[in-house]
Amino acid sequence: MKTRTPVTEDDLHALVDGWLDEERAREVHAYLQQHPEQAAKVQAWRDQRSALRHHFSGIMDDPIPSRLQQAALRPPQSSRGWARIAAGLVAGVLCALAGWMVRDHQLGQSSAEQVVGVARQDFATRAAVAHAVYAPDQRRPVEIDAAHQEQLVTWLSKRMGAPMNPPDLRSLGYELEGGRLLPGGQGPVAQFMYADSAGMRLTLYVSHENVSSGTFSGIDSVPSPPAPNTAFQFAQNGAVNVFYWIDGPFGYALSSYAGRSELARISTEVYRQLSPDS
Amino acid sequence: MTLRAGSRLLEWVPRLRRYARALVRHPQDADDLVQDTLERAWTKSGHWSGVRDMRAWLFSLMHNVHVDNLRRPSPDTVDISDEAMLSVAVNPSHDAALHIRDLEWALSQLPVEQREVLLLVTLEDMSYTDVARTLHIPVGTVMSRLSRGRERLRYLMDEQPAQRPAIRVVK
Repeated sequence: MKTRTPVTEDDLHALVDGWLDEERAREVHAYLQQHPEQAAKVQAWRDQRSALRHHFSGIMDDPIPSRLQQAALRPPQSSRGWARIAAGLVAGVLCALAGWMVRDHQLGQSSAEQVVGVARQDFATRAAVAHAVYAPDQRRPVEIDAAHQEQLVTWLSKRMGAPMNPPDLRSLGYELEGGRLLPGGQGPVAQFMYADSAGMRLTLYVSHENVSSGTFSGIDSVPSPPAPNTAFQFAQNGAVNVFYWIDGPFGYALSSYAGRSELARISTEVYRQLSPDS
Repeated sequence: MTLRAGSRLLEWVPRLRRYARALVRHPQDADDLVQDTLERAWTKSGHWSGVRDMRAWLFSLMHNVHVDNLRRPSPDTVDISDEAMLSVAVNPSHDAALHIRDLEWALSQLPVEQREVLLLVTLEDMSYTDVARTLHIPVGTVMSRLSRGRERLRYLMDEQPAQRPAIRVVK
């Protein structure tokens, strides 16, 4: 008969936690049959383990509070509380001042186009951030789900001041999950969320802002050449890829963790469905 | 760059919250701990590219933040929810609630170093060597804390509610 390595307390823990290989697990089980007191202990540990996992795992599906989203997405500004709020105000004032200075500087160089260019970049960045924030949300990725599409369309159209019909992307394998309203540079923007069968999410970010007169992204009264409708532009913001384009008063940005060619394929279809003469 | 790094951190938030919630019990305190951990992670963002095991690194940071918080003197407080809990615990018709409250209560009675080991092993399915690395302790210490933690929890869960002190004495 083969001599067995004596069973230790560490083996009992490893059995409960699933770290033993099959052979050793069999030996430990055999040992437990001979030692009912040890077996009772192991059973109690198992119960503890499943009770703890069951009790605390619900929180994993809860939406992440916005303060934690902020803390994850960008470096801390300052310490918590009043100091943070004060710092926020100071930063806001500084940004506004810097904004004016940059604007004047750029206007001085008669490069208002550059301002609009920056604004567009900004648009793509906001779309990417909105994607990064909401796409991983398991429980509440949208405010109104696709089951209430009519309600969603009515609400978003009203708030956006223009008809907001989400394109149908089922032919490309993406189902509409729903949508939400978000603050944009100047007013509300709509975000539609789609997912493919593997759960890979895609967001369409739509703004209705007057791009041609330069009021895009909150930069108003900048005399700029009429912004022509743009061709697709590609931006990469970390892991998020963004295809965006301007069509009259509308700005569209399609964001996903999917590759560039996949996004190009979808963008073409979205563009086809949204262009008025289609 | 910032966004990419941020999305990388965001992925870990649900797990950090679960662990924090089990570690410190009160939801607000738990989220404060997560927030402090994320902020500390940002202050060390220069190290990220060299981190091989992001999970061990983040949980290790949370451990450090938590230890720092415990060292900081805090005002004496009366634990209201403990009192509310005890009034429920004496009602025998609340069996399910009783069990859950017992579990949270019992967990809170473990010394923090035993609780950390037990929770990393149980909730995170961390290997004993990963736990050792995360908490900067030898594997032997991980095993002895795990043993003491599990046995203490078993004892506390078996204990009758009547045997518990009715009011927690606040020093």
